[in-house]
Amino acid sequence: MNKSSNQLIDYTIYLGDCALILGQRNAEWCAHGPILEQDIAITNITLDLIGQSRNFYQYAAQLINAVENKNATEDSLAYLRMERDFKNLLICELPNGDWAQTVLRQFFFSTFQQLLFEKLKDSPDEHLSAIAVKSIKEINYHIKWSGEWVIRLGDGTEESHNRMISAVNNLWMYTGEFFIAADYENSDLILLKNKWLDKVKDIFDEATLTVPENVFMQTGGKTGNHTEYLGFVLSEMQSLQRTYPGAEW
Amino acid sequence: MNIQIKKFYYGDIPDGASENEKPNTHKLTEASWPLWEVFMRSKQGLDHKHAGSLHAADAQMAIENGRDVYTRRQEGISIWVVESKYIHASNPDDSEMFYEPSEDKVYRHPTFYDLPDELKHM
Amino acid sequence: MSLHDFEKSFQNKIDNEIKIEPKDWMPEAYRKTNLRQISQHAHSEIVGMLPEGNWISRAPSLKRKVILIAKVQDEAGHGLYLYAAAETLGMSREQMIDDLNSGKAKYSSIFNYPTLSWADMGAVGWLVDGAAILNQVMLCRTSYGPYARAMVRICKEESFHQRQGFESLLVLSKGTKEQRDMCQDAINRWWWPSLMMFGPKDSESTNSDQSMKWKIKRKTNDELRQSFIDMIAEQIKLLGMTLPDPNLKWNENRKHYDFGEINWEEFWSVVKGNGPCNKQRLVARNKAHDEGAWVRAAAIAYAEKRKNKLKIKAA
Repeated sequence: MNKSSNQLIDYTIYLGDCALILGQRNAEWCAHGPILEQDIAITNITLDLIGQSRNFYQYAAQLINAVENKNATEDSLAYLRMERDFKNLLICELPNGDWAQTVLRQFFFSTFQQLLFEKLKDSPDEHLSAIAVKSIKEINYHIKWSGEWVIRLGDGTEESHNRMISAVNNLWMYTGEFFIAADYENSDLILLKNKWLDKVKDIFDEATLTVPENVFMQTGGKTGNHTEYLGFVLSEMQSLQRTYPGAEW
Repeated sequence: MNIQIKKFYYGDIPDGASENEKPNTHKLTEASWPLWEVFMRSKQGLDHKHAGSLHAADAQMAIENGRDVYTRRQEGISIWVVESKYIHASNPDDSEMFYEPSEDKVYRHPTFYDLPDELKHM
Repeated sequence: MSLHDFEKSFQNKIDNEIKIEPKDWMPEAYRKTNLRQISQHAHSEIVGMLPEGNWISRAPSLKRKVILIAKVQDEAGHGLYLYAAAETLGMSREQMIDDLNSGKAKYSSIFNYPTLSWADMGAVGWLVDGAAILNQVMLCRTSYGPYARAMVRICKEESFHQRQGFESLLVLSKGTKEQRDMCQDAINRWWWPSLMMFGPKDSESTNSDQSMKWKIKRKTNDELRQSFIDMIAEQIKLLGMTLPDPNLKWNENRKHYDFGEINWEEFWSVVKGNGPCNKQRLVARNKAHDEGAWVRAAAIAYAEKRKNKLKIKAA
């Protein structure tokens, strides 16, 4: 296997892992949301994210099978890898916290995802480009939905405002990782940072929130150095596949 | 009229079926999201049709909730919402004077006119 | 018109299959029965999300995971349509949810049983949704317009639920020994509770059957239960599994399946709140509602602020 095909596989898996793990976390809201309409809304986002992860995994499996003569599938990638193999951003695996933290995380992540996928659209790799084109339509709605919630809660009641401030404090340190390229990524990733910050500032202004400064940024997700939370997410998610190896479902 | 419905149906468990049933003495204090009516255009060229109701804090959210609730299976491509309290409806008590007077005006309908079969394109 | 005339003209409409609409005159007992039935039905959808939601994080493949999430989400939608139908009878959704959370309102007892294995997702879809669909198809023709319309929408979506349930059991029935055992065990546990979903035997009721006369309901409990048993007794052959009833047997004279006695003691015990999960279900509903209170309040506060800002701008 040459270096570049290896990198392409890792990159595709990274994109799939982010979508799956955030989808798995958001799915915890299903049946437990603050009001029926919003339970349904966040579950639509969950379904979009897991759908994206399947597209990336299917493509990654195809790439793996072509070079290594293995039987990789979307499910073997989701269910049979361990913490160190997962490449998702740390922010995706954090516990949901309250509704403020959940919508803020979605807003941070989707805003980043949109910038990334706008570039991915022009990728010479037509598979990745096609997935990006399809996903961007979903992501634009995710940004709209989560951005409006950030504003609503930031500029809502005193309690909701304070909860948004806590959410910002809890999550900000995980946003630096977005723009630090792993060795399977293009180094021009850093160019997205200012655009992301501009969008965040726009929404924060309306939400009467301020962007924190001089925060130490946590990293490691892209190279498999995760928080302790991920192990529990995976052991729950993978339990049936692990208990009954080789079974079809 | 004093009809007691005691029959126990699926989906209709009578009050008092449970021994430890407690009356709900809790007072609702929370301000609730208003009710909205959602109208949907299923495809270009058709009218918006009443799809159902939902709750939302404001009009923008009502449109988005309409999208999330009522278009999960590609049922629509355009949404109108109106807060339910702004809908004015005719009164069923007026039905006789409102709608029955048109019943005998058969001459308003094209089928009223007997024309020769040879007449085309009319 | 006297009250008697109103009642007569109301019953006339019902007899002529004319739907009753929210603003029409209706007997108070008709309104109350509908309100109770529709809101219970809505609660059942909402509480029903919990036993299945229990397996979302552990669904064994990504395909099964999205199917299950979409299904549980549909139930939220169904609850929403039904609450809206009930609201046309003059009770707010907040009040109904408050009644559910306080333990005053009822929901279908079937959701007080636990989901203990992945096969339960299939069994619930096939048996529980299968039983519900028979009732719901009938309710598409119920006399109260908003209820009937909600049911039409729900039935369209519901057939996907029963099909995916059966298909997921079919895969298990062709799988490893552990999977086949899991499948049979789930069927064993869900069979009798599904039969109980149709309510007590017709002979147990001595009351005049007002719900039938008002065409809120169009088939009796026993009729619906019998069609369900006849349907499932045939379908299970395709799974190569058995139903846990030694007395289940085709009766050539009746052209129906005979079946064993239902454990009504268990039925009443679960209705009275002593099912395996009654307590957890209400705790979960209350937690979601209470923890959402500040979110709902913030959205209202923000909407008010924005309205005022627009007013100031306009002035």
